[in-house]
Amino acid sequence: MNMRRRTFLVATVAAAASTQAFSPRPTRAQQRFESIFMFIPAGPGGGWDSTGRAIEQAARAAGLVGSFQFENVGGAGGMVGLPRFVNQRRGQANALIVGGSVMVGAGITNKSPITIRDVVPIARLTEEAGVVVVPPNSPHRDWASLAAAFRANPGSVPVGGGSAGGTDHIALGLILKALGRNPREASYVAFAGGGPAQAAILGGQVGAGISGYSEFAEQIKAGRMRALATTGAERIPGTDIPTLKELGVNVTAANWRGVFAAPGITPAQRQALIDLITAVHATPQWKEILAQRAWTDAFLAGDAFAAYLREDIAKTETVLKDLGLA
Amino acid sequence: METLALLAGGFATALSAQNLLFAFAGCFLGTAVGVLPGIGPALTVALLLPITFKVPAASAFILFAGVYYGAMYGGSTTSILLNTPGESATIITALEGFQMAKRGRAGPALATAAIGSFVAGTIATAALTFFAPVVVELALKLGPAEYFSLMVIAFVAVSAVLGSSAVRGLTMLFLGLVFGIVGVDLQTGQPRFTFGLIELLDGIEVTIVAVGLFAVAETLHLAARHRYGEDELLPLSGSLWLTREDFVRSWKPWLRGALIGFPFGAIPAGGAELPTFFSYYIERKLARRPEEFGRGAIEGVAGPEAANNASAAGVLMPMLTLGLPTSVTAAIMLSAFQSYGIQPGPLLFQTQGELVWSMIASLYIGNAMLLVLNLPLIGLWVRVLRIPRPQLYGGILVFATIGAYGVANSVIDLAVMYAVGLVGMLMKRYDFPVAPVVIGMILGPLAEQSFRQAMTISQGDVTTFLTRPISAAFLAIAAALVLAPPVLRAYAASRARARSSP
Repeated sequence: MNMRRRTFLVATVAAAASTQAFSPRPTRAQQRFESIFMFIPAGPGGGWDSTGRAIEQAARAAGLVGSFQFENVGGAGGMVGLPRFVNQRRGQANALIVGGSVMVGAGITNKSPITIRDVVPIARLTEEAGVVVVPPNSPHRDWASLAAAFRANPGSVPVGGGSAGGTDHIALGLILKALGRNPREASYVAFAGGGPAQAAILGGQVGAGISGYSEFAEQIKAGRMRALATTGAERIPGTDIPTLKELGVNVTAANWRGVFAAPGITPAQRQALIDLITAVHATPQWKEILAQRAWTDAFLAGDAFAAYLREDIAKTETVLKDLGLA
Repeated sequence: METLALLAGGFATALSAQNLLFAFAGCFLGTAVGVLPGIGPALTVALLLPITFKVPAASAFILFAGVYYGAMYGGSTTSILLNTPGESATIITALEGFQMAKRGRAGPALATAAIGSFVAGTIATAALTFFAPVVVELALKLGPAEYFSLMVIAFVAVSAVLGSSAVRGLTMLFLGLVFGIVGVDLQTGQPRFTFGLIELLDGIEVTIVAVGLFAVAETLHLAARHRYGEDELLPLSGSLWLTREDFVRSWKPWLRGALIGFPFGAIPAGGAELPTFFSYYIERKLARRPEEFGRGAIEGVAGPEAANNASAAGVLMPMLTLGLPTSVTAAIMLSAFQSYGIQPGPLLFQTQGELVWSMIASLYIGNAMLLVLNLPLIGLWVRVLRIPRPQLYGGILVFATIGAYGVANSVIDLAVMYAVGLVGMLMKRYDFPVAPVVIGMILGPLAEQSFRQAMTISQGDVTTFLTRPISAAFLAIAAALVLAPPVLRAYAASRARARSSP
């Protein structure tokens, strides 16, 4: 038993030391916050977690914040962590929660009593457009051909992507609706996670695939998937894949991520957090992280972000109703 | 031979003093988290992610690979000694391993697990070195229809763990299937059996149920019987080391386990648990003395332990050749690649050859290191059994609680674990086997989702399972496994009758 206890202690100490020892030492030049409490409504290692940690990395390197405290509570697209943040951090001026499109959709499909509407929008930071791909041996050489197949019979083309009601499924629903079909006619094959979905597309098990661009980027570059269209407002930099808008399909959809504050804070406290994130966004370190992780900058702060969020919620609700999931 | 030159280059990087230290730290940490119930390699690697800000890429991946392999070694230790699997891939090990320990043969059980892990890990790493692209291309030929047919074989193989009464075993299997249904349905996004609890939307974690059924139930069971002096003693007898006979009985299961485990790692629906069921099933069928199974057959430890380590190497294949994560740990390692600005994909070997080869070289080193680390520990581990029962199981309960809470910082998880533990105690009291519950929980969702994915793809045509050749072959194997024994028995009986009657 003694041995077990000792190895366990070593394990926890080593894990703690690794987070402490390797973080850059803050220079307290233009420090805006003594400390920030960062709540991640997802497990470590995912997109929301890396967004939160990237904010820490940039803010501490620039000396904007003295220290960060993290809490990860994952599950159900953020719906497990969100109520906990809202209840425990109400009125706390230095608390932030990471969230995004996934949380918008999860709140609607799960009919959760506490949703993204219950936290205070601070800023949208990044977004990622979706991409529609087909296996390399697919008969569909271009978008027109795939769109014709969808128009004729949406069910005849099984489309692989992430879980039902998620961003990928929503994008497909929007596309079918724009093509004049009922989104419920889709043969949508939901896979648990990016790995199995990619394997199914690479192996030609499904007729087409839809997901965030970064999921498929390397397969597209290697010629193992053929990209037909992207769902963003503009083309993805460095690629020549046309957008759906260019192709005459009036659909834009993007998976965005941002930060929110706790409910019950004063307008001045909200402004201080908006200023902090604006300053983080302006640092050279943030630019570096964006480039390194291939994230698309989609900075939008304060009231403009709040307006965008309202619109996004309304739009998502409509699609999910069309898909029969809300 | 180009491969060998590249591998030699990888060894040059991996054998630097700093990287050896990272490999050792990884193996040590991995063994520790493997031993602890609940905490697995995925969580550990995720917690170590921040080091990617400061450490060179090769060193970080050498550390992660060590954690990953180490956890596979460590998980078997508590399965064997205390009937409390540290990881879901070592549940099967507990079946025979704990029976061996009860009969004072904990030493040989731990030894065959460690050596089997080393042998299979090394074979699988070598296969990864030379055949990765080929195996991955073959794995891509399997779609949801094939996975479903594979699950049908797996359900047949479950018969090996049903215990003495088929009715009780099947009841437990169905209980596991029900546990597996809980949560949001992947294909429709609708919650099932969540009783309005947000915490249950993502389903019940297999490790939570496994720890509840094995560790908590075992503790409660002992606590309930302690007063009556019915405490089962585990006298240590005989050699700590493998005898000649043990070795002769172990080496074939090691090799078969490696052969079964490796391809399973490569397929996206595989995981490390499935090959351990198959290995156990096959060893039981091939054993010279099948009646020993359930009472501490060393083959039942050697095979599954080899299989889970081989599948760990298999998981790295699609990750390194195509950038496909087929396990949670692999997915987290992929995000570590991204924080170095490396996009893992089909071009990884070309663009990051040095890094990939040094990681592969570190797998060979880590395997050897783990064997050296684990063999001397056997003597120490076995002494754990001398700790008085109440203190020992009290400690297990503490670790199980910490581990279960650590999985998702959720109090609901703890409540589920203790509730399942109570049920598990009653199951033990009334002689219901526990393994089928966990197996049902793992197989059920895999079978259901792949069935529905296949049906969506075929637009509702059930014959897809028979018209796709690989799927049809799998179904034929399943049918043969079910039908062959009774048919052969009937044939033998009719021959015997024919001979005896004039």
